[in-house]
Amino acid sequence: MKWLSDSKVSHLRSIAGDPDFSGTKYAFIKELARGGMGTVYLAEDTELNRQVAIKVLSTPDITEDLRRRMIREAQIIARLEHPGIVPVHDVGVLPDGRVFYAMKFVRGVRLDEYAASTSATRERLRKFQAVCDAVAFAHAHGVIHRDLKPQNIMIGSFGEVLVLDWGVAKILRDDKNAVSSEADTLILPPDGSNKAGDTAHGTVIGTRQYMSPEQSRGEIDQLDERSDIYSLGAVFYFLLTDHAPTDEKPRTVNPKVSKPAEAICLKAMSRERAARYGSAADLSADVSRLLDAEPVSAYRENAYEKVSRWVGKNRFLVLLVLAYLLMRIFFIFTSRS
Amino acid sequence: MDPDTDIGGAQQRFPVTNQSAIVAARSEDHVVRQRAFDTILTSYWKPAYKYVRLKWQANNEDAKDLTQGFFANAFEKNHFASYDARKASFQTFLRTCLDGFIANERKAGQRLKRGGDANHFQLDFLSAEDEIAMHAANVDLSPEDYFHREWVRWMFTMSVDALRQRCEASGRMVQFQLFEAYDLRDDGETAVSYASLAKTFALEPATVTNYLAATRRDFRRIVLDKLREITATDEEFRTEARSLLGVDVK
Repeated sequence: MKWLSDSKVSHLRSIAGDPDFSGTKYAFIKELARGGMGTVYLAEDTELNRQVAIKVLSTPDITEDLRRRMIREAQIIARLEHPGIVPVHDVGVLPDGRVFYAMKFVRGVRLDEYAASTSATRERLRKFQAVCDAVAFAHAHGVIHRDLKPQNIMIGSFGEVLVLDWGVAKILRDDKNAVSSEADTLILPPDGSNKAGDTAHGTVIGTRQYMSPEQSRGEIDQLDERSDIYSLGAVFYFLLTDHAPTDEKPRTVNPKVSKPAEAICLKAMSRERAARYGSAADLSADVSRLLDAEPVSAYRENAYEKVSRWVGKNRFLVLLVLAYLLMRIFFIFTSRS
Repeated sequence: MDPDTDIGGAQQRFPVTNQSAIVAARSEDHVVRQRAFDTILTSYWKPAYKYVRLKWQANNEDAKDLTQGFFANAFEKNHFASYDARKASFQTFLRTCLDGFIANERKAGQRLKRGGDANHFQLDFLSAEDEIAMHAANVDLSPEDYFHREWVRWMFTMSVDALRQRCEASGRMVQFQLFEAYDLRDDGETAVSYASLAKTFALEPATVTNYLAATRRDFRRIVLDKLREITATDEEFRTEARSLLGVDVK
């Protein structure tokens, strides 16, 4: 057996553990999170002297061609400028062949952590609306996220909502609005086990509980904005119930969920793509109506529910009228006696 | 594996598993216990020997006898079965047992009989001596830190050897040679680029990248498998992995 010097031991330790950022402008600091599709590290941008979050994707075995496409996609995604989107602002390849994305390091809490500390439904739904707005913006620019889940949504220090992890997003249209072919899209398997070239139809990407049925089945050519709408519905389910989606309806998990809220959730999570909301903006608008106690498009109310909702919304007016009526009745009786 | 470090032939007799040897050391089955003991001995004899040389200032002959005696005694009395993962890491436990054993030996003024009996293990003490000569402990390094440092070195040395064997067995020697050229090059050697390796090995640069990445993944897997063998619980495994590689493992 060959004796290993301290420097070799140190090098072996680094290749077996930490990512090798040599040749890049980043210096490894620590691991932040590990997911099915990659690991996020905190690193120092040594040129700009600032901390960044770097996602290193799990699959190193990719061809030059696929790597080029992946970098091109990242460049397109990096153009998304929206206050609710943490864009990829750098992309590259590590010496070991793995592709990485550098993102702004966001200080805050994840949506699931936020939900654990905030029970107020209205607050949660306002945050959800902000998520929908960011996703709607990306959709308008031809980009779908494909891995929307509470763990990829951050609430910043000032309460701002940021959608993270656009590193595996799919470009539906480029700037010229031309629809890309499937071959232009790299799909990474969640366990990072597949080799290059296994990116065709049938490969699954995303997080099962939050992904659409077509995404679960690996029907890549079927993926469009409505897959993200499904995932948004799943996030909505989580915010209503504090649980990741299951086959049970939200009201079964949490009886306090209103019927209209459940209807919005179920519409967004329809198994049939055509039955879902047409856009994230439509979903956001329905949530907005729910918050304003207006009728939502996803739910047909009966007469009693209409009255109840109207009374709920105009409680002050109703109380005023009731008080007036009571006073009138009181005067009528007192004047008779 | 180097024949000099083969021990009692046990590893040839039984398939190597990644189950915890620490847990298996408590088995009622003598064969299982023997195999577990072999794993522990393989993983620890060298750092233990070096530690005895440094901490107990033993000369090489005494250090050999003490190391052999310690492991023989531990096997006979099944000491490793009494390890409790809640109290300390196995490494700390073993070191403490070793200290206790040597202290007792010295107290009793005994000198272990060299060689010859049933529990004489075939260990390559000469290589350990060479390594001590090549790389002495720093003055400011405590014996405990020295033990840990040498254990880490030994773990990686065994893992590299296992990787080589695995590549050989699966006809992937080119992958191992690339790994050797890039990740195991001597300290004085100039750094090589993936492109120059591609030229040397007549491969595409992307192939070099992929081969190296895959071989490193194998290496990591081997290290973690070895670690799992010598830890008793998942928690201890994760703690040791963090200490060894600085990563959280599932």
